[in-house]
Amino acid sequence: MDVIVCVKRVPDTETRIKPSAAGTEIDSSGVKYILSPYDEFAVEAALRTVEAAGSGEVTLVTLGDAAGSETLRSGLAMGADKAILLEGSSTMDGLATAKALVAEIESADAQLVLLGVKAADDDQQQVGPMVGTLLGRACVTGVTSFTVTEDSVRCHREVEGGVEVVEASLPAVLTITKGTYEPRYASLKGIMAAKRKPMETKPAADVAARIAVRSLTSPPARAAGKIVGEGPDAVPELVRLLREEANAL
Amino acid sequence: MADVLAFAEQRDGSLLGVAREAVWVAARLAEGLGGTAHALVLGAGDLADAAAELGRFGASSVLVGQHTALGEYNPDAYAPIVAEQVRSGNFGTVVFPATTTGKDLAPRVAALLDVPLATDVTGVEVEGGAIRIVRPVYSGKAFAELDIDASPTLLSIRPNVFQAEEGEGTATIASFEPAVDESSWTQRVVERKASGEGALDVAEATIIVSGGRGMKDPENWNVLEDLRDAIGDGVALGASRAVVDAGWRPHGEQVGQTGKTVAPKLYFALGISGAIQHLAGMRTSQTIVAVNKDPDAPIFNVADYGIVGDLFEVVPRLAEEIRALKARS
Ligand SMILES: Cc1cc2nc3c(=O)[nH]c(=O)nc-3n(C[C@H](O)[C@H](O)[C@H](O)COP(=O)(O)OP(=O)(O)OC[C@H]3O[C@@H](n4cnc5c(N)ncnc54)[C@H](O)[C@@H]3O)c2cc1C
Ligand SMILES: Nc1ncnc2c1ncn2[C@@H]1O[C@H](COP(=O)(O)O)[C@@H](O)[C@H]1O
Repeated sequence: MDVIVCVKRVPDTETRIKPSAAGTEIDSSGVKYILSPYDEFAVEAALRTVEAAGSGEVTLVTLGDAAGSETLRSGLAMGADKAILLEGSSTMDGLATAKALVAEIESADAQLVLLGVKAADDDQQQVGPMVGTLLGRACVTGVTSFTVTEDSVRCHREVEGGVEVVEASLPAVLTITKGTYEPRYASLKGIMAAKRKPMETKPAADVAARIAVRSLTSPPARAAGKIVGEGPDAVPELVRLLREEANAL
Repeated sequence: MADVLAFAEQRDGSLLGVAREAVWVAARLAEGLGGTAHALVLGAGDLADAAAELGRFGASSVLVGQHTALGEYNPDAYAPIVAEQVRSGNFGTVVFPATTTGKDLAPRVAALLDVPLATDVTGVEVEGGAIRIVRPVYSGKAFAELDIDASPTLLSIRPNVFQAEEGEGTATIASFEPAVDESSWTQRVVERKASGEGALDVAEATIIVSGGRGMKDPENWNVLEDLRDAIGDGVALGASRAVVDAGWRPHGEQVGQTGKTVAPKLYFALGISGAIQHLAGMRTSQTIVAVNKDPDAPIFNVADYGIVGDLFEVVPRLAEEIRALKARS
């Protein structure tokens, strides 16, 4: 059972985000980059699937600049078998990204394509279902756990107010969210091994982005809050403020 | 192409609050673009009554597609129908709600129509004949204003951000029978489990009472449940990741980077330190209240109102005061 995982390089979630001088992207100086957290869940899910099947390979694919190789190495260190870097630009146009990924995935013979439910930078939450639709394959989003059978995959997904169990036919595209797939740490041995695993770099399919960022700004600072007081005695004043000032109760 | 379509999501035959917001946004955009606003409702039961209400939020017509197979959302059924309606109605702009269903549906419709999509939009208006779209990125640590060079323009709006105003308008209802080919479905829901007896989901609540590790023990959640009940309708319980990871609360309640993004009218952070990943999920709330015994807890940097103190003393008193307030008014 071969599995492809689409992974993205994003700023560490702890990072302070500052718009660059040009004001259309972030100032990347001093920013540490990581494998997007949901994509880590997806890598973990892929590894467990192949382990359970007893055979098959996990291939990582990323679209981005040359630095994406670092991100791919960290996924290989977790245990993925090989990686492909599609050199090109990753923009906020998720459809352009999906098309570039599909150009690579289409010809491969993987029964499962896994993605994160959303990338921790643009938070678009769209590339997965776009990939599924473009490929014309079953696509289940927001999957917290799944099991593969002969020709189908049974997925648990979170929806508002509950959980759904969805049965989808293979080949399928799944977007993974936080659930059972707590990512494993890369062992020292894994990190050493990752250096020797195959990584292919090729130009990404040329797809023009139709969404451009006109400006990137910091959020309006929340007006400095006030400490209403200490302990339960402050409660009546809090309730008054919530009712009269904030109009929230 | 100046006409705008809103996807008005229903569940069990009732429209969601965000359906009204989507229609209201569509009406504002149509006004600016010199067109009219329309709503699309899909479902299995009789939806005409629910749909008629959308006129008051600015829809001039409501397209109601009814089919026994559309009772529950299935992307294989919904996406082609929505794409077809957008095409045949020649809509220049389409507004989806950024709910779980909306986030699943809109990208598929975008792919079918071969146009890009802006998700989880918090600001949209017409300026000089063009649509100006603003959406949070980096978990709300920045806002991006977008130029979209495609038609139709597809966007999904974050629930609770746009305050839909009810007016006097009426909508014509145009029923149609959508084509559904169940044999082509690649997936189906085989089981559905509700979490807690009809508990409201954090993503849909207008007020959220969230607890963190300061709650000490899952048994103590009765304190938060009591506050929830004191406030009344539209209140959901939320949680930090620390308590979800500890198994005290279900993951569906988690707010933050790896949980849900919420923007309620009022957010209570109780015994939550305010880690950057938690703030990511709730910083666009309209009013934030924090109770924490540590005066230096970072949550106080984003809270509009804070009380420094032991939540086990403060929260019961808060429930009591709110009950008293309700009794008076
Ligand atoms: C990649 C990544 C993703 C993450 N995603 C999320 C996410 O989605 N959501 C999320 O919440 N976190 C997330 N986290 C975790 C986050 O960093 C914090 O660890 C977490 O939010 C802490 O939860 P907490 O505030 O409940 O606990 P703590 O940080 O332990 O805070 C408990 C607070 O309770 C206070 N307290 C204790 N006793 C009392 C009392 N009696 N009365 C009043 N106050 C009291 C303490 O002063 C303290 O401030 C993520 C982390 C990473 C690395
Ligand atoms: N540039 C990229 N390269 C590889 N995968 C990507 C890229 N962008 C997005 N993805 C995948 O799509 C998922 C959802 O991204 P998004 O729709 O942008 O939130 C991510 O978690 C990745 O799995």
